[in-house]
Amino acid sequence: MGGLVYFSSASGNTARLVGRLGLPACRIPRRAGDPVPAITEPFVLICPTYADGYGRGAVPKQVIRFLNDPATRALLRGVIAGGNRNFGKLFALSGDVISARCNVPLLYRFELAGTGEDTTRIRAGLARFRAEEEDKTCLTQA
Amino acid sequence: MKDTDHTRPVPRAVNWNRLEDEIDLDVWNRLTVNFWLPEKVPLSNDIPGWSQLTPGEQTLTIRVFTGLTLLDTIQNTVGAPALMADAITPHEEAVLSNIAFMEAVHARSYSSVFSTLCQTAEVDEAFRWSAENEHLQAKSRLILDEYDAAASPLRRKVASVFLESFLFYSGFYLPMHWSSRARLTNTADLIRLIIRDEAIHGYYIGYKFQRGMERLPEAGRQEIKDFAFGLLFDLYEIEARYTEQLYDGLGLSEDVKHFLHYNANKALQNLGFEALFPEEACRVNPAIMAALSPNSDENHDFFSGSGSSYVIGKAVATEDDDWDF
Ligand SMILES: Cc1cc2nc3c(=O)[nH]c(=O)nc-3n(C[C@H](O)[C@H](O)[C@H](O)COP(=O)(O)O)c2cc1C
Ligand SMILES: [Fe+2]
Ligand SMILES: [Fe+2]
Repeated sequence: MGGLVYFSSASGNTARLVGRLGLPACRIPRRAGDPVPAITEPFVLICPTYADGYGRGAVPKQVIRFLNDPATRALLRGVIAGGNRNFGKLFALSGDVISARCNVPLLYRFELAGTGEDTTRIRAGLARFRAEEEDKTCLTQA
Repeated sequence: MKDTDHTRPVPRAVNWNRLEDEIDLDVWNRLTVNFWLPEKVPLSNDIPGWSQLTPGEQTLTIRVFTGLTLLDTIQNTVGAPALMADAITPHEEAVLSNIAFMEAVHARSYSSVFSTLCQTAEVDEAFRWSAENEHLQAKSRLILDEYDAAASPLRRKVASVFLESFLFYSGFYLPMHWSSRARLTNTADLIRLIIRDEAIHGYYIGYKFQRGMERLPEAGRQEIKDFAFGLLFDLYEIEARYTEQLYDGLGLSEDVKHFLHYNANKALQNLGFEALFPEEACRVNPAIMAALSPNSDENHDFFSGSGSSYVIGKAVATEDDDWDF
């Protein structure tokens, strides 16, 4: 399975987490006009949450635009969501929304820029997940 | 024409169709949609639960809430207005005026709890207690000194983020604790609305702080960072003593301190800094975490769960128009 794709707004929390992961990752641009990265391999998406008090708008517009492309969406394998538990029931809601919309597993949730434990778990989890995904691919190809 | 005779220049009229910083509009929109008043919360449903608390637990609760009222009063009357004077964009000033008003709503809402659940005399006594409490006064003093120091907009932002993302939590712990035991659950709902607002305030002011830091040379950034960690140490010292004074009686002080460490680290993250407290010191009682964000238990994601089954998110009833599929 291919790489990581993430979005992070100007506050940069998700970008800081991805930086600490130390894995190759591709960033969805913040500005509407900027070209969206072309995705050619299966990937996991890391996305923060920006909901209003009713849960609307949880997934940033830039990410929706990115996922609206059917070819890109077909390569999405799972989602990791950022947020803040201070948002109560809406904690990391973008992960639930993307998971339900795109029918991919919600892999993990973290707060703000994550902790050391989060980066360890994400690295280990991604390795496990990739291994399982590759097994599946082998089975379908066999 | 020169306007040297006037100390105050005429401000630019705010044009929301010409943004210098998109975040101003995003945060404005979220804050205005999130607007609420304490009347929205059916606090009177907590009357039976209140009468089940011991007199000591009641006094503690009222005191904690007067302490929180003080912090919100400071943000309403001093903190947010001081930050407004430092604003870089006219839109930032508008956002801060919204924040200032919501602080007044927060401060006001504790009194709604009081008038619903408590006797006037005991409330008056608790306000007197807060005015005389050395720890509460000491932390307020430290924050106010930064707000008043004319020199540094960035230091003011640090103080504000520490107040909103750290100092509140010795108080917020208690309604989360009661709520985890099915006590005062409506009051907890009200507190969660405040916590949500404070999360956006801390985010926004922390974000503006990071923008400001980018404009400083390396030496200046280091100086501010040293200041921030120093202030956090000083505030933590006070908070630890305040916590013991309040919670030793219930045997909860150590539990509360974990919650303080966890929130101190989040306050630092809002400022773009790394964590200070080690992770073992930040393991918050799961019951408190569950009270903070109900329905978001750990094991529902693949990496935390023990099994290897995937979970697909439940259909969320929050449709946005932008999805094409
Ligand atoms: C206006 C606003 C709304 C937010 N709403 C939520 C939310 O509903 N749930 C959540 O878990 N986090 C919420 N957050 C927190 C962000 O997801 C969190 O700060 C995240 O780390 C931002 O990532 P970024 O800096 O990479 O953009 C919100 C933040 C803001 C400013
Ligand atoms: Fe407040
Ligand atoms: Fe606030």
